Amino acid sequence: MTTGTRAAIDELHEILLKHDKDRTQLLPILVDVNNYFGHIDSNAIVEVSRYTNVPIGEIHGVITFYSFLGQKKRGKTVIRLCRTISCDMAGKEQIVRVLEKELGIHFGETTEDGMFSLEYTNCIGMCDNPPAMLINDQAYGDLTPERVVEILGSFKLSEYQDMFGYGGVE
Amino acid sequence: MKNEKKKILFGEFVTGAGITRALEMGAGKVVEDVKSSNLRGRGGAGFPTGLKWFLTAKQESDEKFIICNADEGEPGTFKDRLLLMEQPEKILEGMAIAGFAIGASVGFVYLRGEYIYLRKGLEDAIASMTKNNFLGKNINGSNFSFDVEIRLGAGAYVCGEEFALISSMNGYRGEPRNKPPYPSEKGYRDKPTVVNNVETLCYIPYIVTKGAEWFKEHGTQASTGTKLFSVSGDVKHAGVCELELGITINQLLAEVGGEGAKSVQVGGASGLNVAEKDFDKPICFEGLPPGGSIIVFNHKRDMLHVLKNFMEFFVEESCGQCTPCREGNYRLLEGVKMLEKGECSVRYLKELEALCDVMKDSSKCGLGQTSPNAFLSIVENFKTEILYR
Repeated sequence: MTTGTRAAIDELHEILLKHDKDRTQLLPILVDVNNYFGHIDSNAIVEVSRYTNVPIGEIHGVITFYSFLGQKKRGKTVIRLCRTISCDMAGKEQIVRVLEKELGIHFGETTEDGMFSLEYTNCIGMCDNPPAMLINDQAYGDLTPERVVEILGSFKLSEYQDMFGYGGVE
Repeated sequence: MKNEKKKILFGEFVTGAGITRALEMGAGKVVEDVKSSNLRGRGGAGFPTGLKWFLTAKQESDEKFIICNADEGEPGTFKDRLLLMEQPEKILEGMAIAGFAIGASVGFVYLRGEYIYLRKGLEDAIASMTKNNFLGKNINGSNFSFDVEIRLGAGAYVCGEEFALISSMNGYRGEPRNKPPYPSEKGYRDKPTVVNNVETLCYIPYIVTKGAEWFKEHGTQASTGTKLFSVSGDVKHAGVCELELGITINQLLAEVGGEGAKSVQVGGASGLNVAEKDFDKPICFEGLPPGGSIIVFNHKRDMLHVLKNFMEFFVEESCGQCTPCREGNYRLLEGVKMLEKGECSVRYLKELEALCDVMKDSSKCGLGQTSPNAFLSIVENFKTEILYR
């Protein structure tokens, strides 16, 4: 969803109004906007700037600083595979191949239908259950090729699930 | 897990007992007790918690803040995940006691974006503790009020550094800054602020109820108490275990079924690589770095591959603000790639080691000051394996 439409602008304002007009609310606002729209586009940056009175350039600086925030549209479901050492030693490379083949994209890409994005991430604190990945808000550990295929299947099925609810460690 | 979870943090605990006792004791005595317990920060840097509180408590200000640093990002560390998941009440109670001690009425949990799934549990704990009057207005009928808010990070390792964390919360890029002023003088909203690690805060209710002397019965003289170790890699029992500070690597490996290891990474990517010859050394503030991350490597592991993984991590996570860290980590990774191809001369390796010293001396924050540790220790321990491939 882009923030180009009237309806989207209204939704954006709804998010903004939940926060105080204060610089300390900048990151919470950006996190909420990013989670809701999947990214923070230039329209959104202008609106956030007007609301918080933080210059556009500085907002741009904050967005580019954090790996979970982005100005480019990500897929509806974002898969972040941990590439740090404990996951690496537990067979991360095979999981890379499974994910790429199952989704038909490489890491750093989004599927054509906008459903899935594949990314690497650094240590997600699941080193006791490696290899591990985050899918949206949930963490999945002890990955095997079979388990990855199964998990992807469940996401493909529930296309319209609520992406922004809470998850848990599996 | 072979180790029985019973030492301190996995021992008995009644929610509310700590804050109740603290209110009876008075703020000055709480700070005094935490100071004399010699509790040191469990995030890795090991700053004395009592001193931090003392310095903040004596500041005159209309507002002060407590921040719980739940931005656990050091490779191989996951102990805070377990605490946030299983014992959120203990963390919140530690925050309330800290707030009472320094005169703050608002606290924040800075939760890393990767742990967003733990937010619900924390919110529930805040709600139930407020209902029981251990948080919120006039706690236990006293005139002390304390509220806790959750702030989410968005994927940046450097935000675990307390200055970077404060910059991030103030709405700026999460970049560290020069010190002083310290957060005890100028932190969140430029007000006096205490930033404590999740695990550090969990010890507080115990110290308050059982006393500093009891706490000091655990650990060594300079490193009192127990520590949660996050154990991963080539071991039978990966997981979190609570052990006394001062434990040797050999003892630790026996606890977790990691005997026969080639080397152990102690303290995460920014810690030290320890080879078999040093397995009898203790993990404590006066010994090997007690950050709590223990990654075990067996004899089949290629240590250059391990080092490359660490250096890729630092190149990506360096905030890029200061030159020694931004350029230094990049050059070290480049050196690792040369070593991989067998193209690194002994002389160039020496130059890289000199670069490591420059980074340690001149980087602005802990990231650039500690990132050369892995490089130096792995090169020292496995020079032949790494250089002549």
